[in-house]
Order: sequence, then structure tokens, then C-alpha cells
Amino acid sequence: MFELPPGIILILGAFLIPFLRGTARNAYMLALPIIGIWSLLTITEGSHFALSIFGYSLSPVRIDNLSLLFGYIFHIAAIISIIYAFHIKDTVQQMAGLIYAGSAIGGAFAGDLITLFVYWEGTAIASVFLIWSSKTENSYRSGMRYLIIQVGSGVLLLAGAIIHFKQTGSISFNKIGLTGLGPALIFVAFGIKAAFPLLHNWLTDSYPEATITGTVFLSAFTTKLAIYALARGFPGTEMLIWIGALMTAFPIFYAVIENDLRKVLAYSLNNQLGFMVVGVGIGTELALNGTAAHAFSHILYKALLFMSMGAVLFRAGTIKGSELGGLYKTMPYTTGFCIIGAASISAFPLFSGFISKSLIITATAHEGHWIVWAVLLFASAGVFHHSGIKIPYFAFFAHDSGKRPEEAPTNMLIAMGIAAFLCVAIGVFPEPLYAILPYEVDFIPYTTTHVVTQLQLLFFSALAFGWLMRTGLYPPELRSTNIDSDWFYRRLVPNIITKIIKILVRLDEKARLMFLNSLNAIIANLFRHHGPAGLLARTNSVGGSVAIIVTLLAVIIILFFANY
Amino acid sequence: MTSKKTNSKTYWLDNKKNVDKIWYALVTICAISVLADFFYHKHVAHPIEDFIVGMYGWYGFLGCVFLVLSAKVLRKLLMRSENYYNEADDV
Repeated sequence: MFELPPGIILILGAFLIPFLRGTARNAYMLALPIIGIWSLLTITEGSHFALSIFGYSLSPVRIDNLSLLFGYIFHIAAIISIIYAFHIKDTVQQMAGLIYAGSAIGGAFAGDLITLFVYWEGTAIASVFLIWSSKTENSYRSGMRYLIIQVGSGVLLLAGAIIHFKQTGSISFNKIGLTGLGPALIFVAFGIKAAFPLLHNWLTDSYPEATITGTVFLSAFTTKLAIYALARGFPGTEMLIWIGALMTAFPIFYAVIENDLRKVLAYSLNNQLGFMVVGVGIGTELALNGTAAHAFSHILYKALLFMSMGAVLFRAGTIKGSELGGLYKTMPYTTGFCIIGAASISAFPLFSGFISKSLIITATAHEGHWIVWAVLLFASAGVFHHSGIKIPYFAFFAHDSGKRPEEAPTNMLIAMGIAAFLCVAIGVFPEPLYAILPYEVDFIPYTTTHVVTQLQLLFFSALAFGWLMRTGLYPPELRSTNIDSDWFYRRLVPNIITKIIKILVRLDEKARLMFLNSLNAIIANLFRHHGPAGLLARTNSVGGSVAIIVTLLAVIIILFFANY
Repeated sequence: MTSKKTNSKTYWLDNKKNVDKIWYALVTICAISVLADFFYHKHVAHPIEDFIVGMYGWYGFLGCVFLVLSAKVLRKLLMRSENYYNEADDV
């Protein structure tokens, strides 16, 4: 068999896209991740392609259970995203999508921090084109902010890696643990990409600005690469439990009042990452299995939800809850797929979220983290509330907006169909997924207790939604912007800078005025002496001049002869 | 944007009565899920579950009401006009 580092085939393969047209191009793009996943199935465990550069011993490819699981799901996500984007002809987006997916795959197999850094920045630079391809002023600005933050994360990672290397003499990417400055920088770098609270805003800022197909790519890779990196480098770091718990709870309040439905999904993506971060923080085998399994099923249902909302945006021309409603009448398949995604993210029994999230929640209970356990339950109810109900309700049901858009294009339906099939398949038959988790699984998701308690939680959350709707207490969808932590760098800092600039401008004006005044004084002085009326610039008639010279001559002669 | 010629077909959900049916079905299902607690041996995660019948149900209901009502309050604090950042070039 051929031997290529995973991900490279997508990255290099992307450069041939411009030479192909039409169906051949689509078939070629689809073939790349299929070949990629096929080569993963035959690759042997261990370190591959080891090499030494400038005294650093690099291991660009490390194959083990954890990296393989992320490798598989990243390939599957790439396949689904590519099919979903079959109708677009934009070469830039197609190349960016493949290079981005390839970089994320490469990153998941990086055995050392330098290789990780290279792929880490690769995901940042490739993916920003998926945002810019919207070609709006908003997407340009949002993409810029995204790029600065993402590249910044990479710079922190590199700085941390170098300090870590100086201290330990090793650049290999294994469990690092929060010890000292180097690991702390790496931790923050991972935290930015994993959208920790207050570091999260690039996500909710940029994902809704990306193209319809671009958001589907984006939803899969960047943040899950960060979750993988945390699971690899910082398992069992207590702080992560609290960070994760905060992440599950904090974004859902925003999700409830947000009008842009793709932004609602971005907030709920953030919330789902919180569950995975909690799993990493607990760090037991059960919890880490939970994180890996949840990342796997999450990528599928989140892509499915973004695809269904993308189809709505594509056909109806808007994705604002306030403008939508009643679309189930003409988009029944999209509605159905969206509901499957919604049921999966809400962790309904027989859907994928149920069999993965329960590993994490059970792990918190096993370790006696009761506060976190309660927060996760609250967040589970909340995610059903805003992703499970709000998204399908406001887009497809609610009040009839009168919009009658066509059903989504066939390629979009196929992509959604594949994702929906996998969501249900994983939920009904969790064993194949459990079999590829990093550790042995000793867990049965379908116990009577678990099913009944979960159904209680979900049904009563739906009851709350229905009750709030029927009593009119539910906040209506309004066209609005909700300020979030991006306010600091989009409003506060620019305002301060504008004020400082204003003060500087005023000082500058004063300084210039003073200079100008003194210059005027000098000029006036010169004018007095040298100006047309000045003594030194007076012109005299020839006669006058001769008279002066003759007078002077006479004076000189008189003085000369007076000496004798 | 594409739209078919006026779709005058009425759907099952267009009838307000049918929406009510769904609502009552949901209430019934909720009641059943709580009653179900009496019919099996529960492996509790936390001792509190033994004291409150349908603990998860109450928790989910109150949690969601709290979520929505506090989000409503937050809206007063956080909501700005759509063009707040003044860079709109809108879709």
C-alpha cells in the first residue's frame, strides 16, 4: 500500500482542483478523503516518518486509538461537507475546504508540537477563505478578526512549545500537564481554539458570516482539533472541569435570544464543546472515552444542523428567526433532517448524542462532581430547548412567514441524508463507535433508568417551551445584535483608541499652530526689513544712487585729505 | 429566492385545534414519564433522586423556565440594534 502522512493527500490534492471541471472536479474532490480514510484503515500503529531537523526530533505521524478516531471522523466530515458543496463552482472555496480538512487531519496525527503547530496554522489560514468567500463587508471584517485570533493561538502554541522544549528537552506531543510557563501558553493556545469562555467569540462571530457550505466545514474541524489536543495534552487537569461546565451553561443564554439561527447553532456548538472539555478535565478512562465519542457524534449532528440551516439560507435567502416560519410545507426533507439533527444534539434515546454524552455525565457522577453534574443536566435541558426545539420550530414551524422556498438541491439532501443516517445508526447501534474509542468501554447506555430519566428531562423541557410559548412569556425573535465578549475588541478598544487618537490630533493641531505662529512672526520680521517697504529692499533711482555715491566719495576724500 | 405559485393547500398544523392536540399529547407524555418512575428499580446517580418523583422532569422544566426568563432579562442588557457594529452590508 501507499504510505502518505494522513491529511497530506487532501492538502496536496487540493492544488489539482483548478485543472478539473464540472463532474470530474466533484468526483476528484470526493475521491481524496475516501482514499484518505481507506489508507487509515490499513495503517499500522506507532510513529511514522520520523525525522530530525535542527536538532528537533519530529514524529509527524503518530497512530494510536485517539488519533485514529479523530482521523476517521474528520474524513467522514470532509466527505459530507464536499457532497454538500457539490453545487458550488468557486475554486477558492473548494481548495480552502480541502486544505483545511487536510490540515485538521494532519494535526490530529501530529506526534510532536512543531508538526502540530504547522497544521494548527494551516487550519487557521485555509479556513479563513471559507469566511471571506461570502464576499460581504461583514465577512471580510469578521474573517480578519478570526485570522488574527487563530494565528495568535498558533503563535502562543509555538512559544509554549519552545519554552517546553528548553525545560524538558522534548518536543513530543504527549501528556503535558499544567506545569510552568511553556505548558500554560500551550494550554491557552488550545483554549482559544476550543473556544473557552471569553476566548470563544471568534466562533460565534465568524461561523455565521462564512458561506453556506463553508460553515459546514468550519463546524467540524477547528474546535474538535482543539478538543483532541486538550485530550492528548491535558487529560485530568482539574481546571478544565470548571471551564467546561461554564462553557456548557454560558452560551445557551445567548442562544435563546439570538435571532440569526446559524449563530444560535454556533452558540450551541460552544455549549457542546463544554461537555467534551469537562470529559477531558475529569480524565478517567470513562470520561475520555466520553469526550472522544461525543466529539465523533457531535461533528455529525452539528454538521447536519448547519447543513439544514444552510439549505434554508440558500433557498429562503435569510436565516433570521424573525423572518422565517412555516417552511416545512415546501422543504419537508430538510425539515426532517433538521429534526434528526435536533434530536441527536438533544440526546434523545436512539440518537447519537444519547450514547456519547451519557458517558461524560456518568463520569462526573462517578467522580462525585455533583455541582458540575447538575450544571451539565441543566445545559442538557437547555440545549434541547434552544437547539432541539428553537431551531426547527422557528425555521420550519412557528407562524407562517408566507415564504414558500423550494426543497434543498439534491446534493445537499444527500449530504444531510448521510449525516442523518449516521446519527441514527450510532444511536441505535453504539457498539461500533464504542469499539474504536481510546479505552475499553464498560458502559451500557440503554438502561431503563437512563432512558426514563433522560426522557423526563427532555419532555419537561419541551413542556416548558410549550408553556412559555402559549403564555406569551417566550421572548420573540427580534432583529438585533447581542453584545458578547467581542464587544471589548470591537467597541471598547476601538473607542479608547479613537479617543486617544482624538487627543493626539488635538495636541498635534496645537503644536502645528504654535509652530505656524512662530513661523509667521519670523516671516513678518523678515518682511519688515526685506519686504517691498523694508529699508533693505528699497529701490532708488539712478540719479539718487549717484548722488549717494558722490556724497560718500566726497566724505571719504574730505576725511582722507583731512589727515594731512 | 424562489417561491412556488401561491400554495393554497392547508396543512394539518394550520388548524389551531391540531396544535392544541400536540400540546395535550405532550402533557400526557410528561405525566406518563413521571408515573414510569414507580414501575422500575431506579439506579440513582444521586440520593436526591429517591426523594423527588420525576426529579429529572422538574429539573428540566424549572431549568428551562429559568433559562428563558433570565435570557429575557439579559436581553435588556445585551440587545443592541442590528447594525450596532456599524459595518452592515446585510444579507
